[in-house]
Amino acid sequence: MINKQKILYFIYLHRTGLTVTGLSLTLLLYPLFENNPYTLGLTNLIAINAIVVLGLNLFIGYAGQISLGHAAFFGLGAYGSAIATVTFEIPPWPAMFIVATLVALVALLIGIPILRLSGHYLAMATLGLNFVVHTILLQWDEVTGGPSGFSGIPYLSFGDFQFDDETRLHYLLWGAALISLLLCLNLVRSGIGRGLSALAGDEVAAEALGVNTRNAKIKIFILSAVLASIAGSLFAHCYSFVSPDSFGIFTSTDMVIMVVIGGMGSIWGSLFGAALITLLPEWLDLFETYKDFVHGGILVLVLMFLPQGLVTGLIETIKVKLVLRRRKDAAT
Amino acid sequence: MTDFLQYLFSGLTSGAIYALIALGFCVVNNTMGIVNFVQVDFVSLGGMLMFSALFATGLPMIPGLLLAVTGVALVAMLVERFGLRPARSDNHLVLIFLTVGLSIILRGVIKLVWGKNRMALPPLTPDVPINIFGASILPQALWIILLTIIAIALLTWFFYRTSLGLSMRAVASNPTAAAVVGIPAGRIRLTSYAIAGALGGLAGVLVTPITTLNYDVGVLLGLKGFAAAILGGFGSFPGAILGGLGLGLLESLSAGYLSSAYKDVVAFVVLLLVLFIRPKGLLGK
Repeated sequence: MINKQKILYFIYLHRTGLTVTGLSLTLLLYPLFENNPYTLGLTNLIAINAIVVLGLNLFIGYAGQISLGHAAFFGLGAYGSAIATVTFEIPPWPAMFIVATLVALVALLIGIPILRLSGHYLAMATLGLNFVVHTILLQWDEVTGGPSGFSGIPYLSFGDFQFDDETRLHYLLWGAALISLLLCLNLVRSGIGRGLSALAGDEVAAEALGVNTRNAKIKIFILSAVLASIAGSLFAHCYSFVSPDSFGIFTSTDMVIMVVIGGMGSIWGSLFGAALITLLPEWLDLFETYKDFVHGGILVLVLMFLPQGLVTGLIETIKVKLVLRRRKDAAT
Repeated sequence: MTDFLQYLFSGLTSGAIYALIALGFCVVNNTMGIVNFVQVDFVSLGGMLMFSALFATGLPMIPGLLLAVTGVALVAMLVERFGLRPARSDNHLVLIFLTVGLSIILRGVIKLVWGKNRMALPPLTPDVPINIFGASILPQALWIILLTIIAIALLTWFFYRTSLGLSMRAVASNPTAAAVVGIPAGRIRLTSYAIAGALGGLAGVLVTPITTLNYDVGVLLGLKGFAAAILGGFGSFPGAILGGLGLGLLESLSAGYLSSAYKDVVAFVVLLLVLFIRPKGLLGK
């Protein structure tokens, strides 16, 4: 092998690791070039959404299940952290951990009966769960503050170092997002991940091959709920204010749109989907009235023409084109 | 006792609305095997078209109602023809998310044409409460129950007496066999969407005088209709009617005797419990 081939092979072999390193470096240096707090605030929001979408993509894309209720776990995480730190005065970090554990328990208790259902029934059950959580957040105003929201949530801190401005939050949130990304990347390449993709392909076949489909589904449901809960806690500490509006069913559909745009079953696509859908309203500020068209239109067009998602779909299309051209060249 | 009667009637009224919407969900599910989330917006659209028919063109009540229902059915056919059919996908996940996208677009159109303001639609006949055994009922509630029964009767006649209806039932019970004997899939899908649209539109026309008229009034109603369809067993017509009435009664009784703030929660908790115990719904196969 000549040197050039060796280098190319090295890059190909370590493409995931290299991309992660490249992304981390870019994110590390990003605040040096961009110090507009508004822009940083937007990218921070992308990080929070990305954490939820990564978990949700494992559930939708890898386990092949439908969830229209992940905003419920997101909301439980956010309100859990808010109530734990303000009402019960627990320090933020342990509070986040306790809340994530509680959400995992909730997900387990709900997951066991819910995941016996499939397809439409599962969609309805998760939607119902989201609805119940949203109504409780809205109506139980002695605890949650009701429709006017919950304010005064403390910032996260290490000792005296407080995560209170956009640059510091950038490192905190993207740090968390990168950890989740690595977790998901490694998970889908492990035995459990392979079992899950088999499950998405054909549940009966996966079962015949010895995948414990029931357990696998519940585990991945809990994992995605915990990721959503952590993202919710970060959201609460980042804005120090939460209101029930952020956790309704429309948030859930937005999360699903992010998964679909990025590509069901594509980990990198999750980042892309989260970024695109978070930034879209900003770009479309000029024509506010047509926001719904663009939002729904993108979803419809992607599903019609690139059902594998925008990134995966485009790459596949280009690959096919290249192969066809090569074959044509070989023929002539 | 009077209270109970009052709750019973209001439960039956909202139950009838849920049943109409649930039937729309079932028709599409039976022929295409998907949850049609656009159903939610057919409800809002029905109310909006009725509003325009009454105030923009000045039609009387009954022609206005017919016009609104036909209008929604036409829009539903357009949605199927130009929104869903070009996808040519078999993946149910893709098709379901596609209906979510189409629903967002349709909601955008409604918002653009009729604006975001809340509007009021007059009831079919003037609001003079009728007294039945001490419980007072609005005439609109009686209209709702009457028209729901007529719609169900028409639907039954259509599915058991017309050749199009019979072929739709054939597709529902075995799509492959139906295709083999030459039943055109496209026409069936189009018809099922038209029926779903008409049912949703009728529900919208009937319910908006009681609630208010708004571009997203259908979302909550539609989701409850979906819940009703699931409760009765998705795809089963008697199940949809039973589920709708059950959900309506449950809601009004829990609002009356427990707490009105949590009436939606009670309905959904019961729905979840039913699904845990009987994952196929009450009358599901």
